[in-house]
Amino acid sequence: MSEMTVEQVRADVQAYLKANWDPNLGLVEWRLKLMDSGWGMPHWPEKWYGRGLPLGMTSVVDEEFAKVGAVGVAKMGIRVLAAATILEHGTDHHKEKFLRGILTGEETWCQLFSEPGSGSDLAGAATRADLKDGKWIINGQKVWTTSAHHAHYGLLLARTDWDAVKHKGLSYFILDMHQPGVDVHQLKQMNGHASFNQVFLTDAVIEPEYQVAELGEGWKVATTTLMNERRGADSARKYDSASDQLERIYEEERAEIATVMAPYTWYPQRMGRVDMLVERAKALGKYDDPATRQEIAKVLTLAKSAEWTARRARAASAAGKPQGPEGSIGKLAASIVARAANLAHTTIAGPDAMLTGDDDGTEGVVAEILVSTPAISIAGGTDEIQRNIISERILKMPKEMRTDTDRPFRDVPRNQV
Amino acid sequence: MQFSFSEEQEEFRSMLRRFLEAKSPPSAVRAQMETDQGYDPDVWASLAGELGVTALHIPEEYGGAGFGVSELAIAAEEMGRALLCAPFFASTVMAATAIMNAGSDDQKRALLPDLASGEVIATLAAAEPGGGWAPDQIKMTATKAGDGYTLTGTKSYVLDGMNAGRIVIAANAPGGGIAFFTTSADGQGVSRTALKSMDPTRKLARIDFDAAPVELLGDAAAGAEAYAQTMDVMLTCIANEMNGGAERLREDALEYVSMRMQFGRSIASFQTTKHKAADMLLDVELSKAAGYSAASALDDDDPDARAVASMAKAAASEAYFQTAVHAVQMHGGIGFTFDNDTHLWFKRAKQSEAFLGDANLHRERMMQHWGTDA
Repeated sequence: MSEMTVEQVRADVQAYLKANWDPNLGLVEWRLKLMDSGWGMPHWPEKWYGRGLPLGMTSVVDEEFAKVGAVGVAKMGIRVLAAATILEHGTDHHKEKFLRGILTGEETWCQLFSEPGSGSDLAGAATRADLKDGKWIINGQKVWTTSAHHAHYGLLLARTDWDAVKHKGLSYFILDMHQPGVDVHQLKQMNGHASFNQVFLTDAVIEPEYQVAELGEGWKVATTTLMNERRGADSARKYDSASDQLERIYEEERAEIATVMAPYTWYPQRMGRVDMLVERAKALGKYDDPATRQEIAKVLTLAKSAEWTARRARAASAAGKPQGPEGSIGKLAASIVARAANLAHTTIAGPDAMLTGDDDGTEGVVAEILVSTPAISIAGGTDEIQRNIISERILKMPKEMRTDTDRPFRDVPRNQV
Repeated sequence: MQFSFSEEQEEFRSMLRRFLEAKSPPSAVRAQMETDQGYDPDVWASLAGELGVTALHIPEEYGGAGFGVSELAIAAEEMGRALLCAPFFASTVMAATAIMNAGSDDQKRALLPDLASGEVIATLAAAEPGGGWAPDQIKMTATKAGDGYTLTGTKSYVLDGMNAGRIVIAANAPGGGIAFFTTSADGQGVSRTALKSMDPTRKLARIDFDAAPVELLGDAAAGAEAYAQTMDVMLTCIANEMNGGAERLREDALEYVSMRMQFGRSIASFQTTKHKAADMLLDVELSKAAGYSAASALDDDDPDARAVASMAKAAASEAYFQTAVHAVQMHGGIGFTFDNDTHLWFKRAKQSEAFLGDANLHRERMMQHWGTDA
């Protein structure tokens, strides 16, 4: 398989779609066929719904699917992280039990990592897993859990050894969310949305077979999940993939996308909506005001420079050149752009910045920007964590002295929740 | 726009960097800044001869090498990094570009080869005392005198004005509208006075014209556009020069904090130092992206090139000075001493902030020329 050329792959996928693609099939029905063929996840192993193709060739398959409007297997949300983690660290039993429901889209997943007491310091998780009568009993609290209110399974990081040092006492489990010990509450945000949940775990039960990897290897497995999260952040949150065609399969896909994407409708607003500035200033008669023009120009300068910096990083990577600093500053740059855009939107809105909802003159979009931009400086690694990463990995500056890695975790000072 | 440099461009950059590391270390900068002339003629001869930087963007038919603004900007960036003391910016970036944009074919044939070879040093006089470089700040107006013109009045902040053998002047044509004129520096009615430059590595002069006979470059009606085009190249090059200086300051400050111990540990291990270093990297990298994009946009005749050139100058004005402030702070007390080299770049940062117009002016110019993709 690995000997195949791009042209052969293209011809094969074209032939497969010509013979099999039918938009009048049911969504699950089509995805099961696709999984049998291996074209749903062509870079996965042949044994597990794939064709063993190099990752670089999947874009050819995607292109051919797009040409005929063929729907793929379910790839949105936390499910891709679950699949990648199970493929790399799971047993054959895990793969048999979970991969099917992930790819058909019938089962949804959530990630139970962050806790009220450990956000930036993820390895400080204090949710406990204790072995009693041959079963794992889970107690603790998780937070920022997207999709937990409809998830079937959760990827759980829990502490199994309190005498080991911090990173060595964690283990990784798959938690059945539909059980009495799991209590999910939506967490209302300052912008009025409730995109995330708190999950209270009280004597929740996990059968030993749903431990992933060895005991004490939880941090290593979680790193796999997180790496896939960073890599896939863009594709997992694509907004525009819903087709407006009328056949049955598209209707089912639209419903699925609406459910998965519901938590993310405000995400463009948290980036500051730089795209709206000039248009808004013109519409409100502020475009000729020198102070407003300065504000807009500052935002455009930051936003364009950040975009060009990202393009420089992509050009360097495409040319096979070593990664320079330009590849690591995007997240921090986005925070600064969003903050500057928030100020410019306020200058443009004037007193209307005091109003929200349909009173703000933009059906609440600008009001949502004004109260959503703080999120970009926190979610997915705070600005402070980004600065640590830049200074330690790019600038090679020494790590801050730590007091939490040289002693048993039970002796590490931590938050009282 | 291009988002990466070609191998030839990278090679040119490293060759120039090696040369400047050898010929323009801080000790050489300090030696030259104490002189009135302010540059080493031998280094200038090598730059012009072996390295050919004075010929870079001048078309081949006028004795140049025919490269673009991108190559010119690379040279400027490396010179800014090394804080080279030389009349490159005045002669090559300013005067040669003005002659290229405004001059007739005959004038370009007559004037450019000597600039390309570095044998003649030229400069551009545009701003007036208390004024600036925006077209509406230029008040001097030429008077028709027989077949030619004369100029009366004062130009100031003229880069390498005392070193120049030829002066290009931006002034209004008798009928109105900016045009370029030129005269020999020792021409009749021209008198020059050295100004006390806050950045001693970059010499400034005032030039008084008293009914000085001058030659109009090209067609006066096309002068306004020639001035704007020249400004775009100057802004792009000064932005890249400033980014080169900012990056050097950032690297030096990082090296210093990595050596310095306080409270029993490296001060580079303190989060407050690390976060400042990360912010400095972000400032400089964003400004570099704008500077490179401006050069590429000019070479590509991108419709937004004028806006991007002004954006790059505005970005560099803030990034360079902010970096300089951080660099002094990261050095602590030693950073405020004359013996430490940080102030050399700090002063260039401050002078460059105002040179050719500040960030506010260029943000406004950017807004006026921004296209549709904002």
